[in-house]
Amino acid sequence: MTFEESVEDLSVDVASLGFDLAALIAQRKIVIDHVRVNRHEIEETGEYDLEGLFIRLDQAIKSIRAKRVVLDTIEALFAGFSNLGILRMELARLFRWLKDKGVTAVITGERGEGTLTRHGLEEYVSDAVIVLDHRIDDQVSTRRLRIAKYRGSSHGTNEYPFLIGQSGLSVLPITSLGLQHEAPLDRVSTGLSALDAMLGGQGFYRGSSIILSGGAGTGKSSLAAHFVDAACRRGERCVFFLFEESPSQYMRNMRSIGIDLEGWVKGGFLHFHAARPALLGLEQHLVAMHREIEEVRPAVVVVDPINDLMAVGNMTAVKATLLRLIDYLKTSQITALFSSLTAGDAHEQTTDLGISSLMDTWILLRAVEERGQRHRGLYVLKSRGMPHSNTVSRYTLSDHGVQLGRPSRPRTVKRTPR
Amino acid sequence: MTRAARKGPTQWNLRLYVAGQTPKGITAFANLKKLCEEHLGGNYSIEVIDLLKKPQLASGDQILAIPTLVRRLPSPMKKIIGDLSNTERVLVGLDLVRKR
Repeated sequence: MTFEESVEDLSVDVASLGFDLAALIAQRKIVIDHVRVNRHEIEETGEYDLEGLFIRLDQAIKSIRAKRVVLDTIEALFAGFSNLGILRMELARLFRWLKDKGVTAVITGERGEGTLTRHGLEEYVSDAVIVLDHRIDDQVSTRRLRIAKYRGSSHGTNEYPFLIGQSGLSVLPITSLGLQHEAPLDRVSTGLSALDAMLGGQGFYRGSSIILSGGAGTGKSSLAAHFVDAACRRGERCVFFLFEESPSQYMRNMRSIGIDLEGWVKGGFLHFHAARPALLGLEQHLVAMHREIEEVRPAVVVVDPINDLMAVGNMTAVKATLLRLIDYLKTSQITALFSSLTAGDAHEQTTDLGISSLMDTWILLRAVEERGQRHRGLYVLKSRGMPHSNTVSRYTLSDHGVQLGRPSRPRTVKRTPR
Repeated sequence: MTRAARKGPTQWNLRLYVAGQTPKGITAFANLKKLCEEHLGGNYSIEVIDLLKKPQLASGDQILAIPTLVRRLPSPMKKIIGDLSNTERVLVGLDLVRKR
C-alpha cells in the first residue's frame, strides 16, 4: 500500500533497482493500492475510525493471498488526519490486525527528534525496528542500517553500512564474529620458485592474506602478476582489483616483462575490476568487491594497491573495512594478495603497521643501494605458520619476469688500518 | 442565504460509506438525513455503501476513514469524515454555508 507514489511512479523508480513491477503485478505476485490522503478535501466532524483502510488492506491481501504487506509511509496518515488520538488508536489496532492476519508487514515511517519514530508509538507496537541513516563523513556519504529492536532474537546492535545498487540493497555485516574460519594446510605457489623456497619451500597457505609492500618501482605489480599467472596455470579463477591502472595498461606493462595475462582474461580465468578509488566511498568499494567475488567465485584475489582505498576513508574505517574483506576472503578460503605502496624506504614498516597485523604473510620489497647501484631486495618480514627465509634476496625485473637471485650480502666496508 | 437557494434547485448526489451497522454509521446516516431535509429540500439522493459488502468500492473514492460522506454532485467532490454530529461543520464541508 503506497501513500506517496502512484503505481506508475513506483514501477519506474524500482526498475532502476532491478525489479520489474509490471510483470510482478501481471503474475499476481504483488498488488499495489495507491492511497491518496488529501487533507484539503476532507472535513472532519465527530467520531470516525480507519475501517476503510483495513477493508482495503484486507481486500488486497485476500486478492492474491499475500504473505507480506508494505505500508509506505504511514506519515501520510498523520498528515491527512488531524485527530491524533484516533490515529494512534487505529495504528495500534492496525499493527495488531496485521499480526492476526499472519502477514509480515514492513511499515515505513520518519524518524523523530530524539525518538526512533516521529510519533513515538510505532516503535512500541512493532516487533522489529530497523533504523536507516544517511551520513556524510569526509565528503563521502554512507548509508547505515541498525536493528534497534527485534523481539525474541539476539540481534546485532551495531550500525552496518549498506548500499543501494543496481541489484537492490546490499548489507555487509561482519561475517564471522568468532574468527572460526578453517585454516587450510595446502599451499599455493607464489609463481616464483625462488620465492616459494623462501616460504618454507611451498609458497603461501591457501586462503591466507598476503601483503606486498614496497616503494615506488619495486615491482609489486610484477610479483602480483606472477602470482596470478601461476594461479591461472593451475586452472584457478582470479579476480584482480586495479585501483591505479586500467587493465589494458597493466597487461601491456606485464607483457613487457614477459607475462601475458591477456590469454587468461580471454579464457575466463582472470577477471579485472578497475575503478578509481575516489569514485565511491569505502563501503561501496567493499560491496562492489564482494559482488565481483560472489560472481566469479575465484581462488585468488589481488588488490593493487590498497593505499588508494586508505585514501578514501580514515584509518579506523579502512582497517574495519579491510578486516571485513579479509574475514570474508578467509571464510571463502580465497588466497588474497594486497600490494601496498610505502612512501619512503625508511618507514616501510611503520606505515603498514595499521593493517599488517591482519595479514598472514608480509613481503617487503625495497631498494638496496650497493656500490653506486640500486638493487631491489625482497625480504619476508613475517609468514605465519611456516619456516621462512630471513635473508634479503636480490631480484631483477627482466623480460622473463622477476628474477629472484642470490641473497645480497651486506657490504663490508674496507678500512685502512691506522 | 445558502448557495443552493441562490443558484436555484441543484441536484445533490451524496454517498455515505459505512462498514456494517455500527453506531457511528447509524448516527452519521441519521444526522445526514436530517440535515438534507432541512437544507436541501427534496433535491438530493443518498446512496449508502456498506464496505463490508462491497469492499472493492473503497479505493474508487479513496476511502480510509469510516464513516465518510462524499459529495459527488455538485462538483467539486467533497469529503466529510466522522459521524456528522457537528452540523455547522458539515454545512461548511458541503459548501452550504461559507466559513465564517
